[in-house]
Amino acid sequence: MTRDGAGAAGRVRRVNGPVLEVERLRGVAMADLVEVGAARLPGEVVALRPDRVTVQVYEYTGGITPGDPVVALGRPLAAPLGPGLLGGVFDGLLRPLSGAPVWLRPGVTRVADDRVWSFEPVAEVGQPLGAGEEIGRVTDAGPLPHRVLVPPGLAGTLEAVRPAGRYPAHEPVATVGGTGVDLTTWWPVRRARPYRARLDGAVPLTTGQRVLDAVFPLALGASAAVPGGFGTGKTVLLQQIAKWCDADVIVYVGCGERGNEMADVIEDFAQLADPRTGGRLADRTVIIANTSNMPIMAREASIYTGVTVAEFYRDMGYHAVVIADSTSRWAEALREFASRTGALPAEEGYPAGLASALAAFYERAGRVSTAAGQEGSVTVVGAVSPPGGDLTEPVTAHTQRFVRTLWSLDRDLAYARHYPAVTWAGSYCRDADAIGGWHVQHGDPGWASRRAHVVALLAEADRLAAMAELVGVTALPGPERMVLLAARLLREGVLQQSALSPTDARCAPDRSAALTDMVLGVLAACRDLIEAGVPATTIEAVDFSPVLRAREETTDAGQVERRAELVVAGLAELR
Amino acid sequence: MSGPAIEYGTIDEVRGPLVIVRGVSGVGWDEFARIRLGSGELRHGLVLEVDGDLAVVQILEDTHGLDPATATVTFDGAPLRIPVGPQWLGRVCNGRGVPIDGGPPIVGTTTAPVNGSPLNPTVRQPPADPVLTGISAIDALTTLVRGQKLPIFSVAGLPHLELATQIAAQASVGGEPFSVVVAGMGLTHTDAAAARDVLEERSAAGELLLLLNTADEPVIERILTPRIALTVAEHLAFTLGRHVLVVVADMTNYCEAVREVSAARGEIPARHAYPGYLYSDLASLYERCGRIRGRPGSVTILPVLTMPAGDITHPVPDLTGYITEGQIVLSAEVYGRGITPPIDPLSSLSRLMRHGAGPGRTRDDHLDVAAQLLAALARARQVRELAELVGSGALTATDRCYLTFEDAFTQVLVDQRVDEARSLDDTLDRAWRALAALPRPELTMLPATVVAAHLGTVAAADDGAEAASDA
Ligand SMILES: Nc1ncnc2c1ncn2[C@@H]1O[C@H](COP(=O)(O)OP(=O)(O)OP(=O)(O)O)[C@@H](O)[C@H]1O
Ligand SMILES: [Mg+2]
Repeated sequence: MTRDGAGAAGRVRRVNGPVLEVERLRGVAMADLVEVGAARLPGEVVALRPDRVTVQVYEYTGGITPGDPVVALGRPLAAPLGPGLLGGVFDGLLRPLSGAPVWLRPGVTRVADDRVWSFEPVAEVGQPLGAGEEIGRVTDAGPLPHRVLVPPGLAGTLEAVRPAGRYPAHEPVATVGGTGVDLTTWWPVRRARPYRARLDGAVPLTTGQRVLDAVFPLALGASAAVPGGFGTGKTVLLQQIAKWCDADVIVYVGCGERGNEMADVIEDFAQLADPRTGGRLADRTVIIANTSNMPIMAREASIYTGVTVAEFYRDMGYHAVVIADSTSRWAEALREFASRTGALPAEEGYPAGLASALAAFYERAGRVSTAAGQEGSVTVVGAVSPPGGDLTEPVTAHTQRFVRTLWSLDRDLAYARHYPAVTWAGSYCRDADAIGGWHVQHGDPGWASRRAHVVALLAEADRLAAMAELVGVTALPGPERMVLLAARLLREGVLQQSALSPTDARCAPDRSAALTDMVLGVLAACRDLIEAGVPATTIEAVDFSPVLRAREETTDAGQVERRAELVVAGLAELR
Repeated sequence: MSGPAIEYGTIDEVRGPLVIVRGVSGVGWDEFARIRLGSGELRHGLVLEVDGDLAVVQILEDTHGLDPATATVTFDGAPLRIPVGPQWLGRVCNGRGVPIDGGPPIVGTTTAPVNGSPLNPTVRQPPADPVLTGISAIDALTTLVRGQKLPIFSVAGLPHLELATQIAAQASVGGEPFSVVVAGMGLTHTDAAAARDVLEERSAAGELLLLLNTADEPVIERILTPRIALTVAEHLAFTLGRHVLVVVADMTNYCEAVREVSAARGEIPARHAYPGYLYSDLASLYERCGRIRGRPGSVTILPVLTMPAGDITHPVPDLTGYITEGQIVLSAEVYGRGITPPIDPLSSLSRLMRHGAGPGRTRDDHLDVAAQLLAALARARQVRELAELVGSGALTATDRCYLTFEDAFTQVLVDQRVDEARSLDDTLDRAWRALAALPRPELTMLPATVVAAHLGTVAAADDGAEAASDA
């Protein structure tokens, strides 16, 4: 990937935080990597003028002086993709943090990767191979078979392949069409990896979170955003998805957030048994940690690095989920950079390119047929942290245009300790109909109507509650009071789900359906009672705690159904 | 660096807190600079930008009286470093770390850069174990955890400084080595004197460093104050193995200083004219809390800020809330009822509490008691609203118990003298006394055996005897 510019040196002219202007640097192209100063700090070319090159530097630039050398590397910012990613913790440029020093001073994150991997060929010499087709496998790179593929853009006859054995990451294991293929290959992170075609239809990604799976689901290969003010539960929700969703690979990007949260994720995932593989969840997770006090420009890169890693696993035929907490901090890095370069600001100081940058990021999601014709997907979930909780601010407003599913978190719900604080009024899923269709074919034909019921019940209850505030609950007719009652049971008994609960942190779809059906069944029974002349007050005085406690006290759908029968039978006795 | 520092007499321009020096060579970004005025007075600055032979220097004191014709500038050749070590403890200094206690300057052979370096996230140890503040409302409901950053959100006119100094004076970590660093920014002389007074004992005991920047001192100096505090704290914690509590007040004054520099540089403002990088700037301070795997010691940060016009969506509290791990909110309404500290428990939260409290950390019943108190308070609040609508006559007997509970909770648990340090047992026993106002079936978050044990003991101990804990 190296071009002629490699090795050319220029001189620093101006230093303004992470932004440098460099003179006499020739033969560089836009987005090329450079190394700055004696510490060889990595930077990227972001603007070219005849006499000046503007560079954004990925580390702290304290002490950089006009006259310091800047060396062009002749290649763009690229991530090394190979075995050894799963289970690892990396910075925004995909440099390993495990093994790096305690204090990340500029220039220290340079850990040599000298691990060796067990490679087994699966293709045979003489076989024609296209891009994305499998050459062999690495068998000790985590719980999933790690497929070594012909890199994008390459095709030809497999001229040579090394026999089964142990090889270092950066050594060719095969020759395809005259080109050596290493176990690890580089890919420029800002470019989407190619695939054959996007696949039609929607397949749900099961997250184990009821309000998501049953009301605002997410399709494999779609994108979702979670806007919410501070403390509304974005991080907890994203971590729940990472822990319990049924994807193969999780790429968790901590983008400008807390160090303690990253430590928590690292420790949690290392301890959590993975029901799918019997190993640890960490073994099929890639963590990219760029905390808020780490260099801001690496934060900008970390989003692209994360999605590139996910595409790499997608190309092996896996379902990967990228979780980015928080995309707002990434947008702030864009803004910071724009303001240092004197770019003309658009809304709230963000660069005019904000919307297209967001679109480009979310568009890298997709369920596709890979170059080799396998099914794989990248699902993107991003947190959004609107200043002051204001959902009209630019990052939130633009993000909403590009995502398929929106989980809007509400401060009032969070303050009332209603977690996850997903508002039914402010959230949506554009794939709900298609996902309903999928459920019809996969054993739950009632999914769509159940969802419609829930949505209607919640909306109706909101309307009635507003009215009740004016006239008092007792002034409402019986059937309306039953709606309010059922909506409360739905909120507290179904939608609320504690991330800390040992039994309920993850909820299987059939148990989720059973819990919802229980509340809808109770509503129907209560309406019948009203019709039979039982006073609303009598019904409201019933102890509904078995319904409310079911989410904590049951472990499978059958138990919920039995409980529902008892509750409905108990109600019948009020006649 | 090498050689004698060059003295530049080539100041081109002075603009607000900024000075532009021409003809420099070998000056790096973020370097520390010293400016000697014609009068011989020394001022200090940081290099904000270098462009060829121009350096833009931000003066930490102020630029009043600075005459470009007579002033000279020298550069340190490196970003600012300060001496670190236990010699800071027991001292009182100004916002730049210069002693104001009549003692000798603080010197030392070990130095550290004031900006610190990011801590590798893979070596962070998730916070656990409490810092006990001796304040019932905090210890019981929003336990401060070693390695956490937990701010106090207040509004002008409330006694947040009294609360912060009380915590600084009486916090403890159960016998392990413990130090306190207090950084005051933009305090009035009255507040500064009061703080010195309250903290004197701990300072005399060599457990505390006090940095004081008063309201009439240069605004820009405030940029440095919290960084000095944190640099000293990091060394005490991670090299000397002590638990360090850093109290910084008032962060709103700090943010104003950041805004002032930004305006002087002509930067494009974001919300409320604060610079777009305020989040990252605050994070570079708050993220210096934590623990390191395999090392003793911790840095816990308690920032105090006033919300301008009481607005929690104002950038200072908002961005702080986005970085910190919860918040303790003070309320004018509670204060109006004569309660100190005027903490509003329902809008306060310590996100790390479950790691720092409970079995093996505080007391076995702590987390359940806290959950029950909060649930009951939420219910009491609903009842109170209902009572306003329908009149208290229409309340059920149970509802009325909730109102009694809320009164007991405020009077017995929250209300506390500013010189009163309560043990955790005392605090939790007070919590039980408040819960005793509720009918037992209402205590759904507490195991029945625990309820029986505690409500028994507390009733028997009403005459003031030490209530037995359930150890
Ligand atoms: N599903 C949940 N179950 C239990 N508690 C929750 C849940 N969601 C959120 N919480 C509580 O809310 C707190 C804040 O949640 P979280 O850290 O996810 O907020 P956030 O939206 O990411 O905030 P920030 O923007 O400041 O990062 C948590 O520490 C936890 O106490
Ligand atoms: Mg968060």
